[in-house]
Amino acid sequence: MSTTLTSPAQEGGNTARERVVNDFSIQVATANGSGSQTSNTVLMRALFQMGIPVSGKNMFPSNIQGLPTWFTIRASKHGWIGRKKEIDFLVAMNPETAREDCLELEPDRVLVYDEPLKLNELRSDLHMYPVPFDKLVGPVCPEPKLRKLVKNMIYDGVVAYLLEIDMEEIHKALFKQFGPKKVKAAELNWGAAQAGYDWAAANLSKDQPYRVERMNANANKIIIDGNAATALGAIFAGCTFVAWYPITPSSSLVESMIGYLKRLRTGPDGKGTYAVVQAEDELASIGMVIGASWAGARAMTATAGPGISLMSEFVGLAYYTDVPAVIVDVQRVGPSTGLPTRTMQGDILSNALLSHGDTRHPILFPSGPEECYSMAAEAFDLAEKFQTPVFINTDLDLGMNNWMSDPLPYSDAPLQRGKVLSADDLERLGGFERYRDVDGDGVGYRTLPGTNHPAASYFTRGSGHNEKAQYSERPEDYVNNVDRLSKKFESIRGAVPAPEVQYVGGARFGMVFCGTSRDACFESQDQFQREYNLPVSTFRVRAYPYGPALEEFIDRHDFVYVVDQNRDGQLHQLMKLDLDPGRLAKLRGVRYYTGLPIDARSITDEILRQEAE
Amino acid sequence: MSTTAVPPKKTNRIGLEVLSYKGGKTTLCAGCGHNSVSERIVEVFFEMGVQPWQVAKFSGIGCSSKSPAYFLNLAHGFNSVHGRAASVSTGAMLANRDLLGVVVTGDGDTASIGIGQFMHLLRRNLPLIYIIEDNGVYGLTKGQFSATSDYGAKSKLGNLNEMHKLDCCLLGIELGATLVARSFSGDKKQLQAILKTAISHKGLSIIDVISPCTTFNDHPGSTMSYAYVKEHDIPLHDLNFIPHFDDIHVEIEDGETQEVTLHDGSVLRVKKLGRDYDPTDKMTAIRTLHEAEEAQEVVTGVLYINTHSKNYYETLNMVDTPLSALPETLTRPSKAALDEIMEELR
Repeated sequence: MSTTLTSPAQEGGNTARERVVNDFSIQVATANGSGSQTSNTVLMRALFQMGIPVSGKNMFPSNIQGLPTWFTIRASKHGWIGRKKEIDFLVAMNPETAREDCLELEPDRVLVYDEPLKLNELRSDLHMYPVPFDKLVGPVCPEPKLRKLVKNMIYDGVVAYLLEIDMEEIHKALFKQFGPKKVKAAELNWGAAQAGYDWAAANLSKDQPYRVERMNANANKIIIDGNAATALGAIFAGCTFVAWYPITPSSSLVESMIGYLKRLRTGPDGKGTYAVVQAEDELASIGMVIGASWAGARAMTATAGPGISLMSEFVGLAYYTDVPAVIVDVQRVGPSTGLPTRTMQGDILSNALLSHGDTRHPILFPSGPEECYSMAAEAFDLAEKFQTPVFINTDLDLGMNNWMSDPLPYSDAPLQRGKVLSADDLERLGGFERYRDVDGDGVGYRTLPGTNHPAASYFTRGSGHNEKAQYSERPEDYVNNVDRLSKKFESIRGAVPAPEVQYVGGARFGMVFCGTSRDACFESQDQFQREYNLPVSTFRVRAYPYGPALEEFIDRHDFVYVVDQNRDGQLHQLMKLDLDPGRLAKLRGVRYYTGLPIDARSITDEILRQEAE
Repeated sequence: MSTTAVPPKKTNRIGLEVLSYKGGKTTLCAGCGHNSVSERIVEVFFEMGVQPWQVAKFSGIGCSSKSPAYFLNLAHGFNSVHGRAASVSTGAMLANRDLLGVVVTGDGDTASIGIGQFMHLLRRNLPLIYIIEDNGVYGLTKGQFSATSDYGAKSKLGNLNEMHKLDCCLLGIELGATLVARSFSGDKKQLQAILKTAISHKGLSIIDVISPCTTFNDHPGSTMSYAYVKEHDIPLHDLNFIPHFDDIHVEIEDGETQEVTLHDGSVLRVKKLGRDYDPTDKMTAIRTLHEAEEAQEVVTGVLYINTHSKNYYETLNMVDTPLSALPETLTRPSKAALDEIMEELR
């Protein structure tokens, strides 16, 4: 990589004498199913409780037991919660990957490893801490069957000692994790964590640079994964119907919903004010959602790429017959089965244009749990107001990882249920024409089946229809109808969530991005400012269709880098449907598609590379 | 204005004329069995005094799926995508459990492209009337075999069907439908009785109507032609259906009739013909269908009925009020509830 710009202050290269406080990444390498999820969550939560901004990212295999898994925790006093490219502190527990993981570390980094792996034979430029985990686990865990699980808790104690994490916080996080019903298990694990700490205190020197210190950056914050936040958003927005088919990484969204629905939406008679159907496949789940929406329920489904492909025909039906639907796509790596447990912004193009014929669908792009929550509610309002399918494109990184978040705010804003005629309305009007554009916004009035009036009925059909919803193959009826749908899409353009735009004085270029690229892009913006004294403007797309603000942003810069977490630049390519050639010529692409969450350094380096050309 | 007395038009128990139950003009071929099914629906829904705008009609794609446009114009209709009426109707019925749902599909819709959805619909026992207008042929694409074409049947082009057929009634009985019937579009009286039973049934009704295709499957090589079915049709029993709102005392002729009381109090009287057919016995029903297939006969009538299984609303433990009619006070949890969850996540 050649750049004409050089960085005077690249991170890393620390010596043992310089302390690095609250600004590093920890990676724990284990085997799937070994119970490491608990110890990693406890570690992350302990840092969170100490008031240090933190993020946790689980890189796991599509497997239940045995394959390698990595969990990365990042502590950042600056509040950067995107993935950090470099690993500073590695805990190597998995013999399968230990060698490779060790060799990939930059010099002067820290390596805690299971003693029998003998990683000290590989390198001499790391801070090495061999730990005899098997010897330590025996005394604290008499039950041999549980030792594999409890062993992982020992490294929490070791890491706590080396980084100076308060053991009281480990204790608190551990008991919170296990909850009041599993106190015994918590106590067993607490014993293991203590054993790790005590052994480290007696045998290890803290001859490594990384430390934590208490901060107060997390006051009032919560920890939540994006899927749970989306679930809560839907429930508090009055969702009454969910149909789904289990698929990674969206399953936990509906499972979370089922749990909260039981708790929040069971009436005094013990009956639920909702229905959740685990359907036979994604075709059936979207079919049920369309049927339920048509009949007046607030209905949604959650899926991932392969499910989206299956839903294609039905989404075209909903578009062409003006039926609302909310589809949450927790994107994963495609095409085909792809990498089911890795992240990608892979379905932007397919969702925007899903199904045959001329179709266009709005997409909302949440960047964090707060927006998963708020956009779930907005999606229902948009779907019902505009009588059309609405996508929420989250991704595996947002959906399945734990994020720090402000508490989700309660909203009692009235629900937008759209243009629905009641029996009284029909009595007053004498009748209605389903697809007539009465208000000039492309949205007709609908009635719900069961409306107690002889004039309520109309016939919904995926075949050609006129304004009265009658079968028609007449060219002018077809044109009239699809032009109305176009007009409706223009109405939607003005109603979707507005972008988050930041013009920075003196910026020659800007970055455009969406979803989980947010944190990495803002950090990259900071890197440009601090390391290269280059101001960069930012434009966070929060929804498709894009609005006129994007054109203005392009006009005010020499170049605009569109950042995509996919190979083909889908966010970028979609702009070609709307922008004129002059503006398109000013767009450049930054594309990251490793299956890992995008990181700031990769963006910065790629932009520098292109700037140097 | 004429002052001449006009004879009062016949109205049903909710004061509607039969006109309120009619649909649009059919565009199917003259003599198509599907039209007879539409006519029976009009008659029966009128006679039973069903509120037309309380009905929701569903279909997929194909000749049969056009027919919801030819009955009950005053009911909402949804002509969806090929083979997927099962899922669309499931969603709609769950959203509004007060609706009376009628699905009309064909053998292509149900037994081929939609067989997956059909089988899972059967498992749920959702209250719904699911009619298969079964002609053993793809009519709209001009005469290909369907999955219900009989083994050994000949197409109009002379091709022989050497694939085993799928019996939607057998599947229905096996997989959880609680009313399974087979009829023949030409048997007016029987089809009426079955439809009346289905209207009163509070579970899933599967009605497989052999409905010969006059254009593509009504030739000597076909086992689903009018001539063939008329010759080989064995009615299981004479059906008599007594709606619960008719104040009729039922005389039970001992040993001759069996009564099945439906959820809404209606009584289905099954008159046994020649043999001791018990429609509440699953094994009998399955055996009867297999025997008929062996003998290349079509048995018609109510093959199976089960009035004690949970329906899907009960399985899902849903409120009695339709989800679509719930007020926001019941569907939006309180601020206190959200605050409590936020506290747990700190």
